[in-house]
Amino acid sequence: MGKIGDAVSELHKLDMESEQSGWLRELHPLPKLAVTLFFLVLTVSFGKYDLPGLLKMGVYLIVLFVLGDVSLKLLLKRMRAVLVLVCLMGAVNPFFDRTAAFTLGNFVVTGGMLSAATLALKGIYGVSAAYLLIVTTSMGDICYALRRLHVPRMFVTILMLVYRYIIVLLKETERMTDAYALRAPGQRGIARKTWGTFAGQLLLRSMDRAQTVYDSMVLRGYNGNFHLRHKKAAGHSDYAYAFVWGAVLVFIRVI
Amino acid sequence: MHMADALVSPAVAGTMYTVSAAAAAYSVKKIKLEDLDSKVPAMGVMGAFVFAAQMINFTIPGTGSSGHLCGGMLLSAILGPCGAFLTMIAILAIQCLLFADGGLLALGCNVWNMAFYGCFIGGALIWRAVAGKKMTRGRIMAASVIGSVVSLQMGAFSVTVETLMSGITELPFAVFAGMMQPIHLAIGLAEGVITASVLMFIHEARPEALYGYSQSGSKGAGRMSRKGLAAVFAAAALIIGSAVSLFASGNPDGLEWSIEKVAGTAELSASGGVHRMAEKVQEVTAALPDYAFKSSDSAAGTSFSGIVGGVAVLAACFFVCMVIKKAGKGKKKKISGSEV
Repeated sequence: MGKIGDAVSELHKLDMESEQSGWLRELHPLPKLAVTLFFLVLTVSFGKYDLPGLLKMGVYLIVLFVLGDVSLKLLLKRMRAVLVLVCLMGAVNPFFDRTAAFTLGNFVVTGGMLSAATLALKGIYGVSAAYLLIVTTSMGDICYALRRLHVPRMFVTILMLVYRYIIVLLKETERMTDAYALRAPGQRGIARKTWGTFAGQLLLRSMDRAQTVYDSMVLRGYNGNFHLRHKKAAGHSDYAYAFVWGAVLVFIRVI
Repeated sequence: MHMADALVSPAVAGTMYTVSAAAAAYSVKKIKLEDLDSKVPAMGVMGAFVFAAQMINFTIPGTGSSGHLCGGMLLSAILGPCGAFLTMIAILAIQCLLFADGGLLALGCNVWNMAFYGCFIGGALIWRAVAGKKMTRGRIMAASVIGSVVSLQMGAFSVTVETLMSGITELPFAVFAGMMQPIHLAIGLAEGVITASVLMFIHEARPEALYGYSQSGSKGAGRMSRKGLAAVFAAAALIIGSAVSLFASGNPDGLEWSIEKVAGTAELSASGGVHRMAEKVQEVTAALPDYAFKSSDSAAGTSFSGIVGGVAVLAACFFVCMVIKKAGKGKKKKISGSEV
């Protein structure tokens, strides 16, 4: 399966994960979004040598992964790119910061090593928190939460439409690249002389599709407003979730 | 160029969220003024197009590597800078949530570095100035390449500044910038040529699809006023400048500070039998008293005890969660058993 096929398959898996049942998935999306952002803010607020403090923040992720019945497989796949980036950024730290922090037997742990480890851990926490949010909350629910936060309707509509059409256009792109690859065996990527026509054709098809989409929406009563699925109002358990996690995370941060 | 959450501090993330939100609010207002509500579905589908098109590998002759489209420039040439900016935000949000491409907290930085420069600098300023009303193949090529290079250079420079201001890397500014700018110069050139190829095709096949082409004679339509642009820049400069002063404080933590103010000392002592007994138990059981090795005051002990403590908390947490989960499953089995 190619890169595009992988992306489509990953999107389907994420969709299926978010549609499963479970207490975490049934919570109101707003407290989940708020707690995720709060966790991220507290995580990145740790100093570059504060590895011990940062380790304790893992409590949030462990609790949600274990009690929320969330699959780890997809997460490990998502982690690769971020880990490469943060490891590259952190890899230089041990060379520039050689002050000894502590020793383990004969091995001297430097400040640079500590800051590199902290950076990698922050990267892992960031990806994990975003993953936990998206596999327990569908994109429709996230858009609903954004509307409750008074994010402009126009932007939320664009977000919904981009999400809806990604798979359609990814599949169309895959068909085109497969057809091209079959006619140009052994060639890697699209040749220079066909750059414009190849992507241009896809662009024109997308424009036509956009016009069809708009016409269909108007016929169904679209007047600039996109109606999101109605969710029940946040209940006691939703408030309790936000309050308990808020208190626990603040406690972990200050101890 | 997508920044991860690990690369930003809360102050930098908050500042960049604020400036990006200001630019987004301006764009929403502008689109509403232009009465472009009907363009919203087109923005959604075009956003999905850019997402899909960025998956296509365009072979760069003679290098063995491949390049991608410059989304901000391309969208600006078709939807206009404001519509393109909002569409790019949606793309970046979805990339972050669904593909872990960039962090949720760093989204404000990524929007600024990739969408703002691409749409407002590359799309609004350079595209209009170079491609102009009388678009030709040469002008489209020049506008796309210059726009892509300039917006990527500015984006890469912003990444450097944001990372250094967050205190993440030990790299000196000159070394970091020296690594970031040249590589993004090459990327910008490749992306510019790919974007130009697509736009030249559109110019030939369906020129009216290019933003401003059919409106070339009308004054003001689809244009961002200089006042508006200056206001966005002024606001961004003001917020970024003032936020620089907010970085790291060396003051003690809030609780210790409060206790010291009230009691005159940061550590309170208690008397009484229960307290003395608890102290004795603690002396015997504490492997790392006062976050240090026993009979040693070295900093090594403090760091080591911190790490041990952190791992212990995680292990305890994992154990408790597993117990709760197993207990829950046992309960469920009992219930289903009784139903049968």
